[in-house]
Amino acid sequence: MTPHIGDSYAERNARERAQALLDPGTFREVLGPFARLRSPYLAAQGVAAQSDDGVVVARGTLGGERACVLATDGRFLGGAIGEIGGAKIAASLELARRDAERGTPTRVVLAFDSGGIRLQEANLGLLAIAEICDAVVALRAHQPVVAVIAGRVGVYGGMSIVTALCNEVIVTEGARIGLNGPDVVETEAGADEFDASNRPLVWKATGGRRRFAQGHATALVADDMPDIRAAVEEAFARNRSFVAIAHPDFPDPALEREAFLRAYGVTP
Amino acid sequence: MIETLTFTYPASARVARRAHVGVVASGNCELLLEPSPEPCASVTVRTSVGGYATTWEAVLARFFARHSIAVRLEIDDFGATPAVVAMRLEQALEQAR
Repeated sequence: MTPHIGDSYAERNARERAQALLDPGTFREVLGPFARLRSPYLAAQGVAAQSDDGVVVARGTLGGERACVLATDGRFLGGAIGEIGGAKIAASLELARRDAERGTPTRVVLAFDSGGIRLQEANLGLLAIAEICDAVVALRAHQPVVAVIAGRVGVYGGMSIVTALCNEVIVTEGARIGLNGPDVVETEAGADEFDASNRPLVWKATGGRRRFAQGHATALVADDMPDIRAAVEEAFARNRSFVAIAHPDFPDPALEREAFLRAYGVTP
Repeated sequence: MIETLTFTYPASARVARRAHVGVVASGNCELLLEPSPEPCASVTVRTSVGGYATTWEAVLARFFARHSIAVRLEIDDFGATPAVVAMRLEQALEQAR
């Protein structure tokens, strides 16, 4: 019997994942390695920088429609987001929103594999995540935003928040989604509370199957490229009659200000 | 701190296109290789592991002795061993040819 050799998503790097998600032959990278957009903050901290800052912005088509895949490289600093990589993602999302407003929508797929904010860039990483969250919410008013979480890292920290904002989240069993990483929980609460070296426990608590059962993911698929591509197609098809509504959790700034002042007992 | 090293080797052969290989991950390195109009190979290495200039020189000199290609090469290194560097160099050349 011939063994089934899977066409794994997890085994691909970020660039190859974006390529495999887009329609064959349509992949075109924007601000790729030769743009040499390295982080200017890492060298001073003794950390080697990467020419794409760990983020791949890929244009092409998906199901024949204009598309943009934003993929993070989990191998470089755990796929953590710094100023440049974050700006590449936020700006792409903002351009997609502009496309939607002009009536020429661009499908967006977030192929994240990321530990969250890059600690070496601290506040700049926090700001980048805030901008990305803002941009996802703004884009979501026009079209569905689809996330594929199927890499070796998963998404943690701020990137798990960005993922939670997406309309569709496709996961595999090997994927993980969590706010605090296992090691952080163990450090804060003790090994009795959560043993980060216990891999079955980590996946039982934060793995793709669990997150799907909890409703944090909208599709659970095998780590096989055809299955993942089909799930992405289905995610867009499910939202074909997408009705754009402002999210009730994000009211307009005036109402938000009023609520804030009321909550803190301040009379405007 | 990051150590920056530069090397130059006389070279004449052309490569067809630029190449990007590797990743800045532990024990690995990223290479950007581009054709150069100058009659030499100019190399910039940025490494997070200091004190290995002679090892870099040995690996690069051997590669450019075998392949006299006029290129501009940048290497961002996160502790790749000489064997990994040699493999990445060959991989970049394979893509650039």
